[in-house]
Amino acid sequence: MLTVEGLRSRYGRIEVLHGLDLHVDSGEIVTVVGANGAGKTTLLRCLSGVQPVSGGKITFRGEALTTVPAYKRLSRGLAQSPEGRQIFTNLSVEENLRLGAFLYSDARVDKDMEDAFQMFPILREKRNLAAGGLSGGQQQMLAMARALMGRPSCLLLDEPSMGLAPIIVQQIFDVVSGLKALGVTVLLVEQNAFGALKIADRGYVMETGQITMQGAAAELIADPRIREAYLGI
Amino acid sequence: MSEFLQFLFSGLTVGAVYALVALGFTIIYNASGVVNFAQGEFVMLGGMITVFAHAAGLPLPLAALAAIAATAAVGVALNKLAIEPARGAPVVSLIIITIGASIFIRGAAQLIFDKQIHSFPAFSGDDPIHVLGATILTQSLWAIGGAFAVFVGLWLFFTRTILGRAVLATSNNRLAAQLVGINTDFVMTLSFALSAAIGAFAGVLITPITMTSYDVGLGLALKGFAGAMLGGMGNPKGAFAGGLLLGLFEAMTAGYLSSQYKEAAAFVVILAVLFFMPQGLFGSKSTDRV
Repeated sequence: MLTVEGLRSRYGRIEVLHGLDLHVDSGEIVTVVGANGAGKTTLLRCLSGVQPVSGGKITFRGEALTTVPAYKRLSRGLAQSPEGRQIFTNLSVEENLRLGAFLYSDARVDKDMEDAFQMFPILREKRNLAAGGLSGGQQQMLAMARALMGRPSCLLLDEPSMGLAPIIVQQIFDVVSGLKALGVTVLLVEQNAFGALKIADRGYVMETGQITMQGAAAELIADPRIREAYLGI
Repeated sequence: MSEFLQFLFSGLTVGAVYALVALGFTIIYNASGVVNFAQGEFVMLGGMITVFAHAAGLPLPLAALAAIAATAAVGVALNKLAIEPARGAPVVSLIIITIGASIFIRGAAQLIFDKQIHSFPAFSGDDPIHVLGATILTQSLWAIGGAFAVFVGLWLFFTRTILGRAVLATSNNRLAAQLVGINTDFVMTLSFALSAAIGAFAGVLITPITMTSYDVGLGLALKGFAGAMLGGMGNPKGAFAGGLLLGLFEAMTAGYLSSQYKEAAAFVVILAVLFFMPQGLFGSKSTDRV
C-alpha cells in the first residue's frame, strides 16, 4: 500500500534521512521504533508532505506521492496524527473533529463523529470545550480521532504515547490495534518500542536516519540486541 | 445635546474607517500572525484609483469596483512576491517587509498618480440630514453602514462558510490545517485579497469626506492598528468596536478639549486600557496547555 524507496531528507545542510526503505501492506500495523533523534518524525513528515524530500521515492496505492502537496494527501487516503498532537487549541473538540472532515460535507460526517465518540467517550463529554484545555491524553485522543475523521485508508501515528501515563498509553494502544478491524492500515512511530511491537505485525528499527533491523514484530521483541538497546530488559 | 450629537456623528464616521482598517489588520493577522503595515496603503489605493478611474470617464460605482478589484490584486501580489518567498522567517521580519511594501506602494502611487489632494462626489449628494439640531452627511451614513455591512459579512464568512473555517483553522495551526486537507497557501492569498479589498472599500467610502492623496495611508494604518490593539488583536468584534471607540475618543476630545489634543488623548486611552487589560477589550486569554 505504502512504499518508501531510498528516501532522503535534510534540514538545511544536515541530512537526517540517508536513503530509507520501508513498505506497509494493506491491513497491517507496522511500527518504526528507535531512539529520540533517529529521524522517525522526519520520516512521517516526509510521508505527509510537510517536510521536503531531497531524494528517493514515496508510492502510495500505486501512485507517486513525492510531489503531491501536503494538503492533497489526505484526499488520497493518507492521514497523520502528528507529533505534539497539533490540535486546534482555540476551537472546541467538536470543531476539531469537523475540521478533520474538512474534505467532506455529507451525512457520514455525523456518523463518523459518533464513531469517534464511541472510540473515545471522554471526547463526547468535552465536545463543547476548547481543545487547548484538554489533558495531554485527551489531546492525543482528539488528534487521532480528528485524523480518522478524514476517512484514511492509512493512518500515520507519531509518538501517540509520548508524555502520557501508562494507563492512558495502554488505552491508546488498544485503540490502535482495534483500527485493523476497521480496515485502516497503520504506520506507528514510537519510542515506546515494547508497547508498539506488542500490537504491530511488523517492525523496523531506525538509528540515525537509517533502518538497521526489520522483521516480524514477535521476532524483534525476542531479539536480544533489541531487548538490550530498546526494551531495557 | 446637539453639540454632543454632532461630535458623535463625526466620531462614528471616522471610527467606521478605523474599524475597516482594523478589520483588515485582523484578517491577515489571523491567517499569518503578521501585522500588515501596508494596510493603510490599501485605503489610499482605494480612494486614489477611484479618483483617477472616475476622472478617466468611468461612472463612480464602476470606478469604485475597479479600485477595489485592483487593490485586491495588489494585496495578492504583496503576498506572492514579498511574504510567501520569506516563509519561515520570523514574524518580525515579515512585519518589516510589510513596512517596506508600504513605503514602496506610497512611492509608486506618488509616481503613477500625483502629489495633489483629490476627492470625488459623495454617493447621495452633498445635502446633510438634520437630526435634533445636529447635521450628518449622507456620506457618513454610507461609511457607517458600509463598515457595519463588512463586519456582518465577515462574521458570516468566518462562522458559516467552509472557507471561513479554513481561514480560522490555518490561523490556529498551519501544520494541522494542511494535514486535514486545507490549502494554506490559498488561504493566505485569500486573506491578503480580502484584507486589501476591505481597505480599498474604506478608501472609497471616506474620500468624499476627508479627501485623499498618496500619503494618507500611514496615518490610517497607525489608527487602525491602534483600534485593533484596543479591541484585542485578532478578534473581528474587537477590531470593529476598537476602531469605532477610537474615532469617538478623537471626536470627543477634539470637540470638548481641543483638536490639537485629539490624537494624544486617543492614545492615552489606549495605553490605559492596555495597561489594565493587556489582551485588549475583547481579546481572549490563550487556552494553550503545555
